[in-house]
Amino acid sequence: MTMGTLVLRLLLACTTAASVGVLSAAAQQPAAPAAAPAAGASQPPPSWAVGRPEIEAAQKLAPVAPPPIPIAADKIQVDKLKVPQGFTVELWASGLNNARSMRLGDKGTVFVGTRLVGNVYAVVEKNGKREVKTILTGLHRPNGLAFKDGALYVAELSKIWKYENIEDNLDNPPQPKLVSDQFPTDEPHGWKFIGIGPDNKLYVPVGNPCNNCLPPDTHAQIRRMNLDGSGMEVIARGVRNTVGFDWHPVTKELYFTDNGRDWVSEDLPADELNRLTKVGQHFGTPFCYQGDFLDPEFGWGRSCDEFVKPVALLGPHTAALGMRFYTGTMFPRQYRNAIFIARHGAWNRTKKIGGDVVVAQLNRDGTVSKIEPFLTGFIQNNSYIGRPVDVLVMKDGSLLVSDDYAGAIYRISYGASRVSRR
Amino acid sequence: MGRLGIPILALALALAGAGASFAQTFEERLSQCLACHGERGQSEIPEVPSLGGQPAMYVLIELFMFRQNLRTAPPMNDMTAGLSDADLQKFADAIAKLPPPQPAEGADPARMARAQALVQQHRCAFCHNNFAGADNVPRLAAQREDYLLKALREYKAGTRREYQPVMAEVMAALKDEDLVDLAHFLAHVGAP
Repeated sequence: MTMGTLVLRLLLACTTAASVGVLSAAAQQPAAPAAAPAAGASQPPPSWAVGRPEIEAAQKLAPVAPPPIPIAADKIQVDKLKVPQGFTVELWASGLNNARSMRLGDKGTVFVGTRLVGNVYAVVEKNGKREVKTILTGLHRPNGLAFKDGALYVAELSKIWKYENIEDNLDNPPQPKLVSDQFPTDEPHGWKFIGIGPDNKLYVPVGNPCNNCLPPDTHAQIRRMNLDGSGMEVIARGVRNTVGFDWHPVTKELYFTDNGRDWVSEDLPADELNRLTKVGQHFGTPFCYQGDFLDPEFGWGRSCDEFVKPVALLGPHTAALGMRFYTGTMFPRQYRNAIFIARHGAWNRTKKIGGDVVVAQLNRDGTVSKIEPFLTGFIQNNSYIGRPVDVLVMKDGSLLVSDDYAGAIYRISYGASRVSRR
Repeated sequence: MGRLGIPILALALALAGAGASFAQTFEERLSQCLACHGERGQSEIPEVPSLGGQPAMYVLIELFMFRQNLRTAPPMNDMTAGLSDADLQKFADAIAKLPPPQPAEGADPARMARAQALVQQHRCAFCHNNFAGADNVPRLAAQREDYLLKALREYKAGTRREYQPVMAEVMAALKDEDLVDLAHFLAHVGAP
């Protein structure tokens, strides 16, 4: 402890109301004249504000942060959410601060990771009652989860852990085994979505550690490895930041979302839905975005034809995150093997878009035929009342949607008889 | 007396009052916060930030980070230990009502000019709302220069954990001399 810290600690420990008055008396100074940069309306903006949008909706263009306290169940505006005819959306669980990626355990537990608050949750149903348990705390951005053979895999920023036999030990999770710590420690785009593929390998992305830069050889990629962390290899490059992927139930090909760069313009570039058809493919970052847009900084002398093009564009700055193929039977036939994609919602755009769940319908050859809205209503008056992060197909065919803004999970079901009315 | 004199004086007075009953009410606990951070929103203690004019949500986020030990700053981790979510919200709301601090005097024109170029290049004013802050983004205008430099250096070194990792990326492109100029600039600007 430094001397300064010691003094401060003592001060904090011992301060009484009596000393406060003395401190504030010492604090009184003549008010300094307001400095020049707070310019009046008739003056030109100071040089540091050039290019900053002046309309009110743009007065703050910053990453949107969820409150660090989950929204109370009775304050969550489920009635604002809309789903297609015949579907119903209901609040399924609340109080899960910063709820992000979801995975289903063999015994029906829904596991939920977080990006900002260090927690992992388990949602269990016991005697018809749903209960949220905080099973892990103090982890470093435990955003990514996978589940296999009774074990929960948790991806921190740079380490992956395995908790064996977790569903029988939710109240007292076992000591985890380290799967791998062979990942960079960069904070930007360092949080991870993970998944275990049909090849029984663990897939782990490493994002580009910046908005837009030339990635080191270790970044802007997706890797896979054996479930014990051995045999790590890079399977995709030029991936800026994927926070959601899944495998086609029939072709077993990997599909993944990827977030485009910020600050080019309001409408460029779009986020991508990509398909890996060959190990080692390059998806463009940072040279080409959205398949046809050469980057203004790194695109010189390059061509977008050098790179694999996306199978679909998901809108500028929409932050397309979690996605799953629909393998259930509850929804109408047209949704079978379609992809549900959670779009977190734009921050780097004055008019907010995304903040919804869309569904991508596929052709027989694996290309995308159309993308339609599915769950909407999270944007009210150009701001968010919730932000979808991940989707999860339940055993009964209903679809869960996590919301890291409200700290909640919604359930979407089809057909009146299946709905558990609130 | 200079800057060092104030904490020593305060410490002496605080120790003199050490026999007083342990603060229990919200107002008494808040006055403990303000003893260091400044009763009128303006800190007089080196490397202790002024809290005046900070957005309630930003204050809430930092209090939460301290309580969860996600951000390490020993006095604050101790001060927030055991507080409920509702407590954190109440402190955040009260602190957000403090008046904004006043810019320091005696700006160095050359350093201000260098910093302005950096501010434009890195779009500081976009997120920081012309330095008044908003929602989750802190007010920077008229913050203490020594605290700003400490915070910027901690972001650069990766020793200050962020709620959302945003500053880590901005810092990658900045040199220490840039941070010195930026801290000087921000301490000397006003904001609405």
